[in-house]
Amino acid sequence: MEKKINEAEKKLERRNFLKKLAVISVAPIAFGFLGSGEKLMGLKKWALNNGYVPKDHKWGMGIDINKCIGCGRCADACKNENNVPREPFFFRTWVERYRIYDDGEVLVDSPNGSIDGFEVLSTKKKMERSFFVPKICNHCDNPPCVQVCPVGATFKSEDGVVLVDSDYCIGCRYCIQACPYGARFLHPVTRTAEKCTFCYQRITKDKLPVCVEVCPTQARVFGELNKKASPLVRFLRMNKIGILKPSLNTEPKVFYANLDMEVK
Amino acid sequence: MKNFLAGIPEQVKRLSVLLVILVIVFIVVRSTLIPNDFGKIGHYRASAVQNIANNELHYAGQEVCVDCHDDIVAVKTKGYHKNLSCEVCHGPSIKHTEAPDEFKPQIQRNRSFCPTCHEYLPSRPTGFPQIVSASHNPRKICVSCHNPHNPVPPVTPKGCEACHAEIVATKSLSFHSEIPCTKCHVANEKHKLSPRDNLPTKPTTREFCGQCHAEDANSPKDIPRINMATHEPRYVCWQCHYPHLPEAQ
Amino acid sequence: MEELVQHLTPILKEITGYIFPNEVELHWGILIVLYPYLTGLVAGAFILASLVKVFNVKELQPTYRIAMLTALAFLIVAPLPLLGHLGHPEKSYEIFLTPNTTSAMAMFGFVYAWYLMAVLLLEIWFDYRRDIILWASKEKGIKKWIHKIVSLFSKDISEKAIRFDKKSVKIVTIIGIPSAFLLHGYVGFIFGSIKANPWWSSVLMPIVFLFSAIVSGIALVLIIYMVVTPLRSKPIQMDCLDKLASYLFYVMIIDFSLEALDFIHRIYESEESIKILSELVSGKLFVSLVVIQLLMGMLIPLASIAATKIFKAPSELKKMVYFIAAILVEIGIFTTRWNIVIGGQLFSKSLRGLTVYKMTFFGLEGFLAAIGILILPFIILFILMRLLPPWEEARNP
Repeated sequence: MEKKINEAEKKLERRNFLKKLAVISVAPIAFGFLGSGEKLMGLKKWALNNGYVPKDHKWGMGIDINKCIGCGRCADACKNENNVPREPFFFRTWVERYRIYDDGEVLVDSPNGSIDGFEVLSTKKKMERSFFVPKICNHCDNPPCVQVCPVGATFKSEDGVVLVDSDYCIGCRYCIQACPYGARFLHPVTRTAEKCTFCYQRITKDKLPVCVEVCPTQARVFGELNKKASPLVRFLRMNKIGILKPSLNTEPKVFYANLDMEVK
Repeated sequence: MKNFLAGIPEQVKRLSVLLVILVIVFIVVRSTLIPNDFGKIGHYRASAVQNIANNELHYAGQEVCVDCHDDIVAVKTKGYHKNLSCEVCHGPSIKHTEAPDEFKPQIQRNRSFCPTCHEYLPSRPTGFPQIVSASHNPRKICVSCHNPHNPVPPVTPKGCEACHAEIVATKSLSFHSEIPCTKCHVANEKHKLSPRDNLPTKPTTREFCGQCHAEDANSPKDIPRINMATHEPRYVCWQCHYPHLPEAQ
Repeated sequence: MEELVQHLTPILKEITGYIFPNEVELHWGILIVLYPYLTGLVAGAFILASLVKVFNVKELQPTYRIAMLTALAFLIVAPLPLLGHLGHPEKSYEIFLTPNTTSAMAMFGFVYAWYLMAVLLLEIWFDYRRDIILWASKEKGIKKWIHKIVSLFSKDISEKAIRFDKKSVKIVTIIGIPSAFLLHGYVGFIFGSIKANPWWSSVLMPIVFLFSAIVSGIALVLIIYMVVTPLRSKPIQMDCLDKLASYLFYVMIIDFSLEALDFIHRIYESEESIKILSELVSGKLFVSLVVIQLLMGMLIPLASIAATKIFKAPSELKKMVYFIAAILVEIGIFTTRWNIVIGGQLFSKSLRGLTVYKMTFFGLEGFLAAIGILILPFIILFILMRLLPPWEEARNP
C-alpha cells in the first residue's frame, strides 16, 4: 500500500495529493463510524487499485500534421499493445494519406491502416499539396456513441476517456453507427464493440499511450487538458488548432495542428 | 370498502392480479441481476474501468530502458534519433524488462525497415531526411554505414538533392534547371550537419530577380524581360512566380 | 480468426474511393432491414383496426379482428431479427436492467413492452373475452384449458360486464393510436437521430417511417383478407375491399408527398454530403430506390388503384388490381427499409467512397434466417386464427 501511494505521489500535484491523503486517512474512520464510508468515498474520489484517481485527470491528444511522416509505427504498435486483430479491417488508430491535385481531385488512401507503409504513385498531374493525417478515437466530450449505447456498456470515464465494457456490451453496434469518425469496430472474436482507450492500461500507470510513445517525429502529443504545465496545453497554445467535423458538436479531445480543409 | 371492491368489474380484478405479479417479477429479477457496482460513478459498471486498466502492457516505455542501457541512451540522446523511443525499432519489450535473458528484443537488420520512415514520399514533410532506396546503395544494409543510435550521414551530403529531392526534381523540369541552388541560396557548410540551426538564405528583393529579368539586365537575349517599374511594382516576384518552376501558373 | 474475417477480404476489391478502414465490415444487414419492416406492419395493421373502433368505419368491421391478430403475430416476431443480429443475444436482457435513458434503442424496449402489454394484448383480451368464455364452456380437452387460461378464468358475461368490455376496447384503442405512432415513430427515430449519418439524419425520418408503416399494414391486411376469405369459401365483401383500397390510396399519397419533400429538401439544401449521396442514388441504389421503391412500389399501385376508381372497373378486375397493387406495395416498402438501412451504410462517413453489402446465405444473419423470420409471423397468425377465430360467425357458438 505504501509503495502504491508513493507512486501516486509522483503523479499528482501537491495540493491534489494532500486532498487525496486526507480522504485516504479519513476514510477508514468514516467507514467505521458511518458504515457507509465506502459509498461516501466512492462519490467523492473513486480510485483504482493502484491509487489512480480518474477524477483528477482530463486526458487529450494533440496531432501535428506537419510532423507526421506516415511511417505507420503508431498503428502497428497499437495493434501490438492492445491485441487488436492484425487483419486490415480493425483499427484503433490509422494514418491516412491525402493527395490534392491541381485540378481539384483529392485522393485519400490508408492501405492496411498505414502499417505496411505507402506506395509512391506517380501521375502526370501536378500535386498541389500532400500530407499524412493520423486518425484515432476523438474521445469526444459529447460522445454520440455513449449517447446511443442502450445498456451503458460504453461510457465516458471520469478522466474523459471513452471506454467500452466488453463484459457488458451486447454487440448491437449502434455505437459503431453513431461514431462519425469510423473509430469503432466489432471485435471478430469477442463480438463486442472496441475502440481506442488512450491505452488506459498505460496512462493509469503514468506511461504514454503507445502511439505517442513510438511516434518518431513527436507528431502526437498526449497530456492533461486542465493542467497548465502539460505538454498538450503547450501544444494548444503554440499552434492553430482544428478538430474533425466541428459541425456535429461532438467536442473532440483530439486536436489537430495544421489541419487541412479536405480532412473529414 | 366492500362496496367499492364489488364495484370493480371482475375482469379488471383479474388483470390487476396479473399486472401486480408481472411488476413484482420484473422488480425482483431486475434487482437481482443488476451488477452491484453499476451506477456507482456513472451509468456503467465501475469495475469495468478497473478491468480495462488491468489490461496487459506490451511496451515498456523508453524511460525504463535507460535504467540498464544508459550507455546507448547517452549516445542516442545526442543524435538525430534522440526523440525516437527504443521500442520503435526494437519492438514491444516489456517482457525483456521482466526477464532480460529469456526475452530478447528484436534487432532490425533488414534493409526494408529503415525506409519505413526514410523512403522518399512526396507526402512527407520537406526537410525530413529521405532516400530512394532503389538507388541508394541497393546492396548494403543500412546499419553497415549508419549507426542507428547516432545516424549521421557517413559522408556529408555533397549536393542539395540529398535532402531536398522534391525541389531538385521540380527545378530540373523548369527553365531554371541550369541555375545552381547556390545562385539564389547561400548555404553555410554547417547547414549540412545541423540544418535547422543554420538555415540558408533566400532572396529578399525584386532586384535580385531583376539581375536577369529586368529590361536592361546583362543576360542572354532569350530570357523573358519585364519592366521593373511597371510590372506589378507592389509585389515581390515569388508571390506570383514559383522560382523552382517559374513557368507554372 | 481466418474464417471469421474471410468474408471481408473480397469487399476490399469492390470499394470505390476511400472508406475508413473500420468501415469495410458493414454492421447492420438484412435482419435490421426486416426489423423496421415488421414493426411497420404491426403499427400499420393496428392503426387500420383502430379506424373501425374509433371512427366507426362499418365497412371495415370484417377486417378488425384479422388486423388485430396480424399485429400481434408480427409484434411477437419483431424483436427476433434484433436479437439475432446481436453479438451477444444472451445479454440482451441488460436493455431492461440498465436502460440508458439517452439511447433511442433502450427506450424502444419500453415502448415495445408498453405497446405489447398495455395496448395490443389488452385490446384483444377485452374484445375477445366474452367469446373466449363462451368457447371454453362448450369445448373439451386442451383447447378448453387454453381458452380458460387466456380468459384468466373469468366467467362474468353479464350485460354489464360486456358493456364494460366494449368501453375498455374503445379506451385502449384511443390510447393505442398514439402508442402505435410512438412505436413506429421511435423506429424512425433510431435512424433519424444519428447525426453522423447524413442519409439517416432527418427530422422527417420518424414521420416517413410512420406513414410507410401504415401503407404496408393496410396492404398486408388486404392481402390476408383476400387470401383467407376464399380459403374459408366465404364471399369477399366488396365494400370492405374498396374501403381498404381507398385508405391504402390516401395514405400512399401522404407517404409519397413526405418522401418527395424529404428528397427535394435534401437536394435544395445541398449539404456537404450531397455529392456522395447522389453517387449512391444514381449508382448502387438506383434499382432498389428508383425502380423498385418508387416506380413499382409507389407509382404503379397508385396509378392502378386510381384507374379502377376512374373507370369504375368490374369487381373481379378490381380484386385482381387491388391484390397485385398490395403485393407491389409490400415489396416497395420492404425496399424502402432496405434503402434506408443498407443504403445508409454503403457510403463512408468520410464522404469519399462507397462500399458493398454482401448478404450471406446461411448463418444467423443470412438470407435463409431472414426468410424464416418473414414466414414465422404467418405461422403464428395461423395458430392465432385457430385459437381465436376472427370471423363474424364464430362469435355466436
